[in-house]
Amino acid sequence: MSKNQYETVIILTPVLSEQQMKDAVAGYRGLITDNGGEMVHEENWGLTKLAYPIDKKGTGFYHLFEFTAEPEFIKAFELAFRRDERVMRYMTVSLDKWGIQFNHKKRNGEMKSSTAKEKKAEAHGILTSGENEG
Amino acid sequence: MSKDPNFIFNQTPQVLQKKKYCRFKKHGIKYIDYKDKDFLLKFVNEQGKILPRRITGTSLKFQRKISVAIKRARHLALLPFVADGLK
Repeated sequence: MSKNQYETVIILTPVLSEQQMKDAVAGYRGLITDNGGEMVHEENWGLTKLAYPIDKKGTGFYHLFEFTAEPEFIKAFELAFRRDERVMRYMTVSLDKWGIQFNHKKRNGEMKSSTAKEKKAEAHGILTSGENEG
Repeated sequence: MSKDPNFIFNQTPQVLQKKKYCRFKKHGIKYIDYKDKDFLLKFVNEQGKILPRRITGTSLKFQRKISVAIKRARHLALLPFVADGLK
């Protein structure tokens, strides 16, 4: 069975304590590795402000998993999120080769030097010209 | 009414517009990260709506990718669905 690379972001309720949040995350990490998945990368964004309230909460603990797993596993993984009251929101995205490359580069700090700066500089240029037009 | 029905086309523009181009093609950017909130903000107006291609100059291929990325960011509450004065 071929494995795909996935990226999952979950938002946990801010009601949890730091320790409870870590326990929840550890539980899901275990779920991935127990089902033949392999962790590639993990990111904890900590308590972050939401752009709009979810379940009447203004903040949430964001956590990102990047892992390889078999496609069948995702169904079970998302079912676990749906059953869990601590998870306010979740999203799993399968990464194509460009996504894998991008994340790899970002992790190694190759982004900041070249493309990210260009992207930002270019964006400013376009926006100002757009304003003139409107 | 003006006598010449084409009067609006005969006017020379005050300022010559810079040619628009697709920034993704120019810099060879292949993947648009939905987690990069600040970058996605450039493709959204102050109400949080996705800007059309005719304003940003993005090619169709990347406009599709941007719209998917923005929608993903909205789902994760990184960008708002509706907003007032986002910029």
